[in-house]
Amino acid sequence: MSNYDVIVLGGGPAGLAAALAASDNGMNTLIIERERRLGGILKQCIHDGFGLVRFKEKLTGPEYAQRFIEQVQARNISVLMNTYVIQVGKNGAGFELTMVNRQNGVEKMGAKALILATGCRERTAKQVFINGTRPAGVYTAGTAQHLVNLEGYLPGKKCVILGSGDIGLIMARRLTLEGAQVLGVYEAKSTPSGLSRNIVQCLHDFHIPLHLSTTITRVFGDDRVEAVEIAKVDENMLPIKGTEQIIECDTVILSVGLIPENEIAEMLGIKIDAATKGPVVDQNFMTSVAGVFSCGNSLHVNDLVDYVSESGEIAGDSAAQYVRENLSRELVDIQIDNQDFLYVVPQHININTSNKKVILYFRSREVRENMRVTIRSGDNILFSRKYVILRPPEMERVPLELKGDLISSRPIEITMEPVKDKGVAL
Amino acid sequence: MKNLICIECPIGCSLQAEKTGEQWDIKGNRCRKGEQFAINELTDPRRSVCSTVRTIYKEVPRLPVRTNGEVPLQAIFEVMEQINAVTLDHPVHIGEIIIENVSNTGINVVATSDLYCLLEAN
Repeated sequence: MSNYDVIVLGGGPAGLAAALAASDNGMNTLIIERERRLGGILKQCIHDGFGLVRFKEKLTGPEYAQRFIEQVQARNISVLMNTYVIQVGKNGAGFELTMVNRQNGVEKMGAKALILATGCRERTAKQVFINGTRPAGVYTAGTAQHLVNLEGYLPGKKCVILGSGDIGLIMARRLTLEGAQVLGVYEAKSTPSGLSRNIVQCLHDFHIPLHLSTTITRVFGDDRVEAVEIAKVDENMLPIKGTEQIIECDTVILSVGLIPENEIAEMLGIKIDAATKGPVVDQNFMTSVAGVFSCGNSLHVNDLVDYVSESGEIAGDSAAQYVRENLSRELVDIQIDNQDFLYVVPQHININTSNKKVILYFRSREVRENMRVTIRSGDNILFSRKYVILRPPEMERVPLELKGDLISSRPIEITMEPVKDKGVAL
Repeated sequence: MKNLICIECPIGCSLQAEKTGEQWDIKGNRCRKGEQFAINELTDPRRSVCSTVRTIYKEVPRLPVRTNGEVPLQAIFEVMEQINAVTLDHPVHIGEIIIENVSNTGINVVATSDLYCLLEAN
């Protein structure tokens, strides 16, 4: 059985960054990837806009991935491709993984620390309530993206898109460029889920209508989609009688949300946050099981890959620190008001670690204008900033420096209040 | 006055643009890129085009490409037509030019993935 200091599960942007950080800390590191190429979902994200934060350039997904893949290759980090992890368990102070691939069949490997970088999955047609028949022609946006960008197949000619998530918007443009007709994007919520820039450059540029507070209520067709029924929804997201309309189409693309993939975390009994659907972690991104770290979209769904890479680096550095000195823990909760915040990551602060640089990510529950967000430890204010606008689709990142006397073992509170004076500066 | 949303970065500032004589007055931008974006958008809107080209390789049927600069918004479908006319019959490296001066825009279409690496991975 081979033994590594750190095994990284997943070779997408989070896993690549995590492996690089662990390796740069002198760790004997292995990446396990179930596909035949590194890069994760970036392989099929051929549009540009990646890397603005990190590289100050607008890169495409494959270009962004390539920068990390080249570094992984330059450092001779071990990589197992086409390999699927089927079992993970504790083994003494470390972990034992059982995996399967074509070359070696079933084999076991040991690691002192694990980094989960397994990404997220798309919500499917079965997870959103659509009535009617089950014809061909219903795709998740990511599947459609895979078909168009990697395989070179157009999934349909007359498409409707349900959900205004970024991948749905990107696919509306992509399908249009390749000659399909996109009849409209339907969003049950009253505000779009995707970034404003994508509404502009993917929909407005191509005159694709966006219908808010509208959903698909039925799908028609036996072998192939023939039409959908759409309806306006009320504030409780329930269809309003009498607003139904039939739209003829041959394809339905779903962009209705992403869910962190955490089957392996669950195998290890790791505590999962009901709001993020990812593991509960401290600022080192260590989960409730000591020695297991989580990063990227398996921790929480990010909207920028730059932050995915950043979280991978934190997890990689922390895993190395854990292997070297075993990171003792005294956890303090970060408390949020669920009325105001969708979630905050990390959920705890380890006040014992030398890592006093904490990066917090949060999302507001609703669109809120002119808010002041404050982070307190007891009576001490750790952070306070005015936000002109907070939108749930746009993740906010807060770097904090924890100074020794500022932090007590009392819970840390993060709150938001409306700012009275208008026209605030940032 | 014109209202615009800046697409330079994910923040997506709401911009207000007004022209008095030859002078543009741009409000709402949080950085200098926003001002230039608004002026360009109202005088000569441009976009990058990202797509794929066909290859002769069964294992890698498509190679991702992009314009290495922005082309006029109006020229996008013409650019797409030229991109879709290409069938690559040899491996290329990332950044290599696939179409020179596409649609006479002065902009090249370049590979955004390394076909050598992709073929090797199979």
